[in-house]
Amino acid sequence: MSLLAHEAEDEELPAWSLPAAASESIRLQAAWPERVTRDWAWGGSTGKGVRVCILDSGVEVDHPLVGEVQRSVAVSKNGDELEVHDDAEGDLCGHGTACAGIVRSLAPDCELVSVRVLGAGYTGSAAVLLRGLEWAIEQGFDVVNMSLSTTKKQYVDRLHELADVAYFERTMLVASAHNMPVESFPWRFASVISVGSHELDDPHAFFANPSPPVEFFARGLGLEVAWLGGGTIHATGNSFATPHVAGICALILAKHPELTPFHLKSVLHLTSNNVAGNVDG
Amino acid sequence: MADDLRAAVAAGVFAAEDSYRALLRATVEVARAIFHAKAASVFLLDEAAEELVFEAVAGEGADSLVGRRFPADTGVAGWVLVTRQPLVVEDLTADTRFSREAAESTGFVPKGLMAVPLLAEERVLGVLEVLDRPQQAKFTLAEIDLLGLFANQAAIALDLLQRARRAKAALQGDGELGTLARLAATLEDGDEERRAAGLELLAALERLV
Repeated sequence: MSLLAHEAEDEELPAWSLPAAASESIRLQAAWPERVTRDWAWGGSTGKGVRVCILDSGVEVDHPLVGEVQRSVAVSKNGDELEVHDDAEGDLCGHGTACAGIVRSLAPDCELVSVRVLGAGYTGSAAVLLRGLEWAIEQGFDVVNMSLSTTKKQYVDRLHELADVAYFERTMLVASAHNMPVESFPWRFASVISVGSHELDDPHAFFANPSPPVEFFARGLGLEVAWLGGGTIHATGNSFATPHVAGICALILAKHPELTPFHLKSVLHLTSNNVAGNVDG
Repeated sequence: MADDLRAAVAAGVFAAEDSYRALLRATVEVARAIFHAKAASVFLLDEAAEELVFEAVAGEGADSLVGRRFPADTGVAGWVLVTRQPLVVEDLTADTRFSREAAESTGFVPKGLMAVPLLAEERVLGVLEVLDRPQQAKFTLAEIDLLGLFANQAAIALDLLQRARRAKAALQGDGELGTLARLAATLEDGDEERRAAGLELLAALERLV
């Protein structure tokens, strides 16, 4: 059921103002259930049809815990230009494979695409990250997993702008929070979902933080993750909590493709383990 | 007199470099002790070469590793550097590529490591790694926070060390600061009249710039 009645209509919408006669054309259907539960949000969903982008160190091809990767690209430098091209390098660290494996474990039927932003040299790595993100937004992914951040102030405005574009283009950016006493981005922006870690073993357990900028806590401690060479390791960090939320977003969007990032955040909030009345949800 | 002044300034700079290196070394030793780890190291980012350099090592490899280099944009340390995110990985021996690279660069293969970026405001200076904390000890998120605190301290020491090195290079080099140092020495060495005239000129220059 669509939340947005106007989606099926071809007529052009008013962009900057709303004439009285036009209000009916953007009428929203009252499709929200009386109570948003986890069962309503993603019960029965496998993530099918949802496109998830892993912006990271690359993803190992044919890793048993990752399965099919629809496409792998990398950002590299060509003089002053940054180019996005198809890539067969795999993963230069192991981290991207770990994130892809976590998303896959939660949303087994989603599509995965890897954008490798590591390995183009250290210098300009923030610009490489930005180009990778720009490409991901252009491609219209439903969810972009960003277990990374930059501290470079010169890129903050552009990053902010991109995060807002993604928000309105219905690409949900899910970004790792930073637990060090230094400002970094984009996780601090309101248009992304920022994720920190909790210590529970349940991959579906997540908590809404009443004191942002970290908005949700997900599983990030001592978990077994896919790593290089087809194997697994145990790992800890907010960067592993992030793909848990990305995977849950994929489940929700597969069942409710009409949801915008604004709705999606609300659904995550309403289905968080710590939201009153939802502890058993 | 000029030699004395240069020697005095140089002594301050050289002594500072030694002190800051000792501070960094002490930081990694405390990090190693507090996590009961086999080794701990600080890597300095050499931006021009795009390499990470072992700058201070405690425990395993302490005698042989300082000065060794490896690429700054691959592997766990490279990921931490580029993404600014701390990372803890255990059972790394399952990763054959990592094992080979680690064995080649450090002489031993850690089972696990904690890595955290060393940040000074928006700049990343390097990476702090703690290798092989006891496997049986259940890791907690509080340990990551502790590691972050250590990283902050190590970053300050590393920043001071780099500043001392730049000061030393400036004193020795032909660059702008080298010129200023030589000018200061010449003034110090001149007779009273020349010095007064020189200082007057410098005061005028200062107002101008």
